[in-house]
Amino acid sequence: MCVTCGCGSNQTHIEGDGHTHSHADGTVHSHDLDHDHDHLHRHEAALAPLPGTGQVVATDPAATRRVQIERDILAHNDAHATRNRAGLAQRGIFALNLVSSPGSGKTTLLVRTIELLAGQLPVAVVEGDQQTHFDADRIRATGAPALQINTGKGCHLDAAMVEAAIARLSPADDSVLMIENVGNLVCPAAFDLGEAHKVVVLSVTEGEDKPLKYPDMFHAASLMLLNKVDLLPHLRFDVAACIANARQVNPGIQIIELSATNDQGMDRWLAWIARGAAAAKRQRMALANAALVTSA
Amino acid sequence: MHEMSLAESVREIVDETARAHGGTRVTLVRLEIGQLAQVEIEAMRFAFEVVRRGSLAALADLEIQEIDGSAWCMACSSPVVIARRSEPCPRCHSHQLQVTGGDRMRVIDIEIV
Repeated sequence: MCVTCGCGSNQTHIEGDGHTHSHADGTVHSHDLDHDHDHLHRHEAALAPLPGTGQVVATDPAATRRVQIERDILAHNDAHATRNRAGLAQRGIFALNLVSSPGSGKTTLLVRTIELLAGQLPVAVVEGDQQTHFDADRIRATGAPALQINTGKGCHLDAAMVEAAIARLSPADDSVLMIENVGNLVCPAAFDLGEAHKVVVLSVTEGEDKPLKYPDMFHAASLMLLNKVDLLPHLRFDVAACIANARQVNPGIQIIELSATNDQGMDRWLAWIARGAAAAKRQRMALANAALVTSA
Repeated sequence: MHEMSLAESVREIVDETARAHGGTRVTLVRLEIGQLAQVEIEAMRFAFEVVRRGSLAALADLEIQEIDGSAWCMACSSPVVIARRSEPCPRCHSHQLQVTGGDRMRVIDIEIV
């Protein structure tokens, strides 16, 4: 494991697979602590002969060439995300990327959401965790299809992993796809998975200053679910301050206060999902009609 | 924390481009990283030193140009510079800011032999 960032990305395992390596060149994650600075001197060609020796330590100056690239570092991930988004739109699937710190209650919230949507909207789930398939097992116990992705030492899901998971899960047309990201309020903010929205879950057992401590994630999210509000009587948690902090980093963020254990606020969350799913379905039909017109 | 994956993407972009241009090794990699791009520069340098081993860029210098975060303040209608997304407008202290730049990270160019 890398001591600086704690993550490596070559140990991804999607349930039911052998070990899939998203980076085929076999990145080595064992490294010692010395930093060897083996810099090349790239302008050696321009050097004059060393005084007194007449020796030219040079190669042809034309040998060094500059190649313009100007490509976004996330271009590869974003290409997969774009493909995911287009595929999901064609099938009317409303996809949400659920992000939070570990222990915010994401899985319990998902289980309760699936139970309450039963008979109205089919839900499929992609579960991201570094290790274990406990979460996918909990989802499958509700009867919903679920697939676990173990990222190994990786700290986030990326769009290629989700693409593979969608192909395996094959969610129904006009359904909801919940992607539960690795519990981490930092890294998943940077990776577009092709979802319709990032939904950040914050529980009242955490600090109300979390939006200020992790502004990138709260900025990237469309909706914040303030979870475990049934515990508020036992805590010193300032809901108004928390909401103000979230709006400070993201003035447009929507906020729903809820509890997955006593169902308080769950109706608003379910209505929000239903609106998104209906919009995805309308978009699928519009795309299908457009395809018919084109082919006619 | 995700700098390791980002460094791997850089190595892939660099290797692919160098090969496409008939390069046998890369001597310099230049990146541009915005202050709002959620990247820790030192972690990125460290991660690149790890992942470049065995690639055409194994001995390459890494130059990182940091780009200021910029935003448009909707309250005082002026362009401002911010270092973090949670920061208020330095002029009027409003948080009604629309980020306009410094949120990207790119490989600018490479030098190959």
